[in-house]
Amino acid sequence: MATDEQPTGSRLGLALFWLYVLLYGGFMALVLARPDLLSWRPFGGVNLAIAAGMGLIASAFILAVVYMVARAGR
Amino acid sequence: MLHDTSPLAVLIFATFVVGVIGLSFWLGRKKQSAQEYYAAHGQVHWFVNGIAFAGDYLSAASFLGICGMIAFSGYDGFLYSIGFLAGWVVALFVIAEPIKALGRFTFADALDAKFNSRGIKLAVAISTLVVSVFYLIPQMVGAGSLITPLLGLPHAVGVVLVGVAVTLIVVTAGMVSTTWVQFIKGSLLVFFCGVLTMLILGRGLQVNAGRPGTEILVAQVKTIRPDGTVLIDGVPQTKDHDLRPVGTLLRLPERYAGRTSTGPLRPLEYLAALEDSTIVSWSAKRHTDEQGTHVTYAPVERKGSELLTPGGFFKGLTTGKLTDRLDFASLMLALFCGTASLPHILIRYYTVKDAAAARKSTVVGIAAIGVFYVLTLYLGLGAMTSGALDPTDTNMAAPLLAKSFSTTLFAIISAIAFTTVLGTVSGLIMAGSGAVAHDLVENVCGVRMTDHEKVRCGKIAAVALGVIAMALGILFKSFNVSFLVGWAFNIAASANLPALVMLLFWPRTTKQGIVAAVTVGMLSSLAWILLSADTFEKVYGLPRDLSPMPFSQPGLVTIPLGFVVLVGVSLLTPPPVARPARP
Repeated sequence: MATDEQPTGSRLGLALFWLYVLLYGGFMALVLARPDLLSWRPFGGVNLAIAAGMGLIASAFILAVVYMVARAGR
Repeated sequence: MLHDTSPLAVLIFATFVVGVIGLSFWLGRKKQSAQEYYAAHGQVHWFVNGIAFAGDYLSAASFLGICGMIAFSGYDGFLYSIGFLAGWVVALFVIAEPIKALGRFTFADALDAKFNSRGIKLAVAISTLVVSVFYLIPQMVGAGSLITPLLGLPHAVGVVLVGVAVTLIVVTAGMVSTTWVQFIKGSLLVFFCGVLTMLILGRGLQVNAGRPGTEILVAQVKTIRPDGTVLIDGVPQTKDHDLRPVGTLLRLPERYAGRTSTGPLRPLEYLAALEDSTIVSWSAKRHTDEQGTHVTYAPVERKGSELLTPGGFFKGLTTGKLTDRLDFASLMLALFCGTASLPHILIRYYTVKDAAAARKSTVVGIAAIGVFYVLTLYLGLGAMTSGALDPTDTNMAAPLLAKSFSTTLFAIISAIAFTTVLGTVSGLIMAGSGAVAHDLVENVCGVRMTDHEKVRCGKIAAVALGVIAMALGILFKSFNVSFLVGWAFNIAASANLPALVMLLFWPRTTKQGIVAAVTVGMLSSLAWILLSADTFEKVYGLPRDLSPMPFSQPGLVTIPLGFVVLVGVSLLTPPPVARPARP
């Protein structure tokens, strides 16, 4: 079982996983509980629904790169 | 609507099919080992594997379904995209490396690595086949229903064409050719969605899709008479007298006062301008009398800001009924947990050489798939305001959007939509072939085979699955199958994820616990789905109220149930002898 891997690497993976659960779950909770907030336009342009959706997609990629680089540097 | 088909689309598609089959024969020209057939020798470059992940994962449902949903209902299609992408986080951070380290050819290998139990192999092989078949049916039916408007051929031709092409791809060089077909498809899909998005932004937003004076605020009626003839506004349907295309922009934001077009827009500007615009979408109302079934498509003026927030498709988000909200939460949970439990995705981890390559290829996959989902948002919104939509067919949104730019682009997008099916189906047949030949025949039934016989057995299984896929595609022709992909995610997440996660993180997990969790997760989610209100209405044609289930998506209940069953049964059975190491 993943014997070639450092245990700290998996800890990082789990930490990033829970961070994403927080982001994804938080967004879905907002959709369910306070959908009215999603039409707010914090930056004047796009609304929160679009910004958060794009943000979730971008953050999946950013966290994935962080993980890849951290594991490669070990 | 009656659609003009394009000979160019047929030509492009035929070229692609002949090309990939030729490539497959070339790749399969030498005798193959089992390691090569099932896992491409573990020698696929991580970048190629990453794009192949996208080609494997992005099915016709992703491309045509999500574009159509955004074009018809607005933001809610994007919620599916967010959920589909989020699942890759689970794959990368939790599942990828152990799957890579534990298994050889199939998902069952990994779950069974510590126990060597025939029960586990049997349960997991069956769950692999169930999930793959549920995923396969909508792909095959989709191939049949797309071929008529796109290429002008009958339903069965589409199904048989895909079935034969995919079977040839898989039996010639197994995972090697499957990987390359998925790589080519993934690249084409992302590239041409990018081209379409550039064109959408270049065109900007136009009042009335640049055709002032067209009748967009007049309702239309389509009547299907008992003898099957179709009337449009009371007159027989012909190419010259057909439903007018729908989906246009009525008013631009005030800052563009006096103009009928915004001109080219930057990506975020486009979304902001759309939010301040007024759009004409439409409602469909059906009623039946002695003259036939009438569907009235009536124009509805809507604010852009309303179309760019949730609630257009998931009506429950705005009605406030608790069960509707739970249904939504359950779907989003199943999408999150389902990706990393799909067998045809997991087997791609065996095609790269080590854990580092597995990580890198997942990052490439996430990048390609994430970009694709952002592009589909623009495609859907572009289609919504293109003035080119067919109100009767959501799946045609992306191709018709392409047609509003040029017929060549329509031909290219049609051909790509159709080839999309090839990449995903070959992945599914590959996963099924491994489950039958490697798990069931070799490991469960204990048939001893030489390396060469293992390959032959896998190929025979692939041919059989190809034939079954074609039969299912023709059999389910008249069913609404689009939601079967959602079923597959629910069943995969309920059956596979609890076992996989607990095996990795709870040393007390026993083989009986795994068998029980997989079996209960699979059967409970399947039973829930078959008894759900959605299935009552869309599959059996019965009233929704007859369904005993409180909501339609099972994941919210059956995923936790899988964990509970695993823990319960494991505690009641003797602990495993060799304590598993922590990952």
